[in-house]
Amino acid sequence: MTAQPTPISPIFGRFTLDALPLHEPIIVGTFAAVAIGGLAVLALITRFKLWGWLWNEWFTSVDHKKIGIMYMVLGLVMFLRGFADAIMMRLQQVWAFNGSEGYLNAHHYDQVFTAHGVIMIFFVAMPFVTGLMNYVVPLQIGARDVSFPFLNNFSFWMTTAGAVLVMMSLFVGEFAQTGWLAYPPLSGIAYSPATGVDYYIWALQIAGVGTTLSGINLIATILKMRAPGMTLMKMPVFTWTSLCTNVLIVASFPVLTAVLTLLSLDRYVGTNFFTNDFGGSPMMYVNLIWIWGHPEVYILILPLFGVFSEVTATFSGKKLFGYTSMVYATVVITILSYVVWLHHFFTMGSGASVNSFFGITTMVISIPTGAKLFNWLFTMYRGRIRFELPMMWTVAFMLTFVVGGMTGVLLAVPPADFVLHNSLFLIAHFHNVIIGGVLFGLFAAINFWWPKAFGFRLDPFWGKISFWCWVVGFWLAFMPLYVLGLMGVTRRMRVFDDPSLQIWFAIAALGAVIIAAGIGAMLVQFGVSIWKRDQLRDTTGDPWGGRTLEWSTSSPPPEYNFAFTPVVHSLDAWYDMKTRGHERPLSGYRPIHMPRGTGTGVILSALSLVMGVGLIWYVWWLAGLAFAGILVVAIGHTFNYKRDFHIPAATVETVETGRTRALAAGA
Amino acid sequence: MTAIAITPEADLRFYDLDEHDHPDGHSTMLGFWIYLMSDCLIFAILFACYAVLGGNYAAGPGPKDLFELPLVAVNTAMLLFSSITYGFAMLAMQRDQLNQTRLWLLITAVFGGAFLAIELYEFQHLIHIGATPQRSAFLSAFFTLVGTHGLHVTFGTIWLFTLVVQISRKGLIEANKRRLQCLSLFWHFLDVIWIGVFTIVYLMGMLR
Ligand code: HEM
Ligand SMILES: [Cu+2]
Repeated sequence: MTAQPTPISPIFGRFTLDALPLHEPIIVGTFAAVAIGGLAVLALITRFKLWGWLWNEWFTSVDHKKIGIMYMVLGLVMFLRGFADAIMMRLQQVWAFNGSEGYLNAHHYDQVFTAHGVIMIFFVAMPFVTGLMNYVVPLQIGARDVSFPFLNNFSFWMTTAGAVLVMMSLFVGEFAQTGWLAYPPLSGIAYSPATGVDYYIWALQIAGVGTTLSGINLIATILKMRAPGMTLMKMPVFTWTSLCTNVLIVASFPVLTAVLTLLSLDRYVGTNFFTNDFGGSPMMYVNLIWIWGHPEVYILILPLFGVFSEVTATFSGKKLFGYTSMVYATVVITILSYVVWLHHFFTMGSGASVNSFFGITTMVISIPTGAKLFNWLFTMYRGRIRFELPMMWTVAFMLTFVVGGMTGVLLAVPPADFVLHNSLFLIAHFHNVIIGGVLFGLFAAINFWWPKAFGFRLDPFWGKISFWCWVVGFWLAFMPLYVLGLMGVTRRMRVFDDPSLQIWFAIAALGAVIIAAGIGAMLVQFGVSIWKRDQLRDTTGDPWGGRTLEWSTSSPPPEYNFAFTPVVHSLDAWYDMKTRGHERPLSGYRPIHMPRGTGTGVILSALSLVMGVGLIWYVWWLAGLAFAGILVVAIGHTFNYKRDFHIPAATVETVETGRTRALAAGA
Repeated sequence: MTAIAITPEADLRFYDLDEHDHPDGHSTMLGFWIYLMSDCLIFAILFACYAVLGGNYAAGPGPKDLFELPLVAVNTAMLLFSSITYGFAMLAMQRDQLNQTRLWLLITAVFGGAFLAIELYEFQHLIHIGATPQRSAFLSAFFTLVGTHGLHVTFGTIWLFTLVVQISRKGLIEANKRRLQCLSLFWHFLDVIWIGVFTIVYLMGMLR
């Protein structure tokens, strides 16, 4: 059954020089550009002797703030790749009319949409969200780090290893051509014998280990490390949504791990879980993957709901309307997200009663979500609203997301879904909620917490340009897809027959170009802000009039976050401290107990990467060696009992005196 | 979480001035417990697959043709005994008796090893008579579920030996006690999973 095109060499596995896509000019060009760019970066790092600094201060750091920032950088880099794929698809789809084949052949186009989906979900949205939670949660709960600092570093590197595998597939071999969820039997060995699906599997498995561990870590952190006095119902909303998100991660990523393992057994061992014959059931895969997949979309959006809550309260100068209902709405969404998965395949013949059940549960989710929207609106009502960038993104979110939410409810009606399933209407719907919700939320968050992380604000001028390009570009790029979808155009199409459709694709392409301008403006915004950091400097640590504890410490926060752990008496603890006249203690510092950095995470993830490569190319000895290496290094790591150190009181005193001086100078 | 009484505004405290380090490993047990639940979910999926695909013999052999309950009963006994002996190791640990702890751990490893040996024998036998994981969806699900459990026991055993070395070197210090407790949770967890396997795969298989 396994028809192997190339014989498997004991040394190189199925790798041959043909695996390098030298005959594809687009890829060779990309490779040249990436290689030159990469070499330039490496040369610069070497030139300025930054390797030691990078290794000691960043790569091996277990500081949650630095890990958070590294996650964000990873997300940003991968976003550029994912967006390049999007532009390629947009170009292909306006081009391939009137008998033209466009510029991408089917083999390539199918990889592009698969890679775009996989990268955007797993290596853009996930790192962004995880990075944000990593950075903000410990600060918000008044903690000095997470529960398991080493695991945190390890999780980050595992995610990165997954991303590296996906990038590697661009230049060595190929990526999956199956769509981002790799449904069998198409993804089985019979129909996808080459390396693409294996890249997909191992990239997600390796990154998945990181995601699950980071979920466990943050749950333990939130439950165990809150400042004294911060009861659950005094936790900031962002921390609450993070808690629910991480519960969702831990309760759903193992499902993905399991189902991908079964798929790999089918591919590598020849078992029959999802095959067409010998009793296998491809439907089983579709069910299982969506049992992970639906909670996943809430993993992405819930933290951003938290961000919008913090931003709305801060920039309206009021406490959040309906805190308790917000918490309950989050919890209800968390639970409900497990009983809706079947709405992704109403058309697969489960029958009317099953479809009705899942249609209704899906619609029910819109109730707590709607409650949240009203809470934000009531928070703004009669508030003294400041339209700074984070607030602008929040308003754009509210307007955009409502449309996406309504088309979602529409898709939840099974008979309607029979018409719209797998159409561009669906594509428009989920980009509407993902871009309008997750990305806009991330941009709000980046503008909101950047001053905390770096000590200076982001430039508002370029920020506004970026904002308007993104919002306008988004509407132009995706509204045409609703129209096309209603007309019956299906997704994942490479060429079109009906010339009357072309105009819609042209509008969508124009939208994508405007989004590109928005992304460019955002990069310029980062650059300009770093350039003009002295003008944009904030010495107070609290540039926006914040309400939660992260604003009580300096910007950027010292390594230990808080010289003295704050004591919490009410919700919005920092606001409470400010209004009731807290005094920052100026003496009596103590040594602070902190975890020590380690390179083990980097090594383990590098070994996992090598193991992945070995498995993808059937280089069994390499995979075996790497696996043995992982075991040895992991066990060796447990023999190291000295994992912490104390920051001497004198050092704390120096840092805090600096802060006192900065505060006095600013006042 | 220490409770802080809020008395008059005047002595409202906003900072913990007399703070002590978090004790080492203060979240370890909780974190490990959450990890176990995530692992449990993986088994849940494997059980679900077995429940759905377990009847798809593809004209091949079914449970009645393959399973030998007496052998499985012996195997189950091995694992259950290993849990009891692990319990004795923990009791010894609580009394700070290093040698006793180590001895019970090694006995646990022997039972664990016996369990694995019997399982491997069973697998080898099945494959030998042609009931391979590739033969039918039922056999794929069977081998994967039981094999995943076996892999866990294997890792547990490696971990156990690591801990034996570590307590020999460092003694029963707090960090090592915590590690022994984690492995204890893990080991008993595998026992619980095995009871599920024994009931659903073997016993109910014979009834099918
Ligand atoms: C930034 C602008 C974006 C543009 C212009 C864009 C464009 C596209 C296009 C053209 C498709 C293919 C539609 C088809 O099947 O015909 C697509 C698919 C997809 N996009 Fe995006 N996208 C963008 C952002 C995102 C983001 C941020 C995410 C998720 C975080 C995302 C996730 C996906 C997924 C999961 C698919 C489905 C892939 C598949 O069919 O397997 N996209 N996108
Ligand atoms: Cu869903």
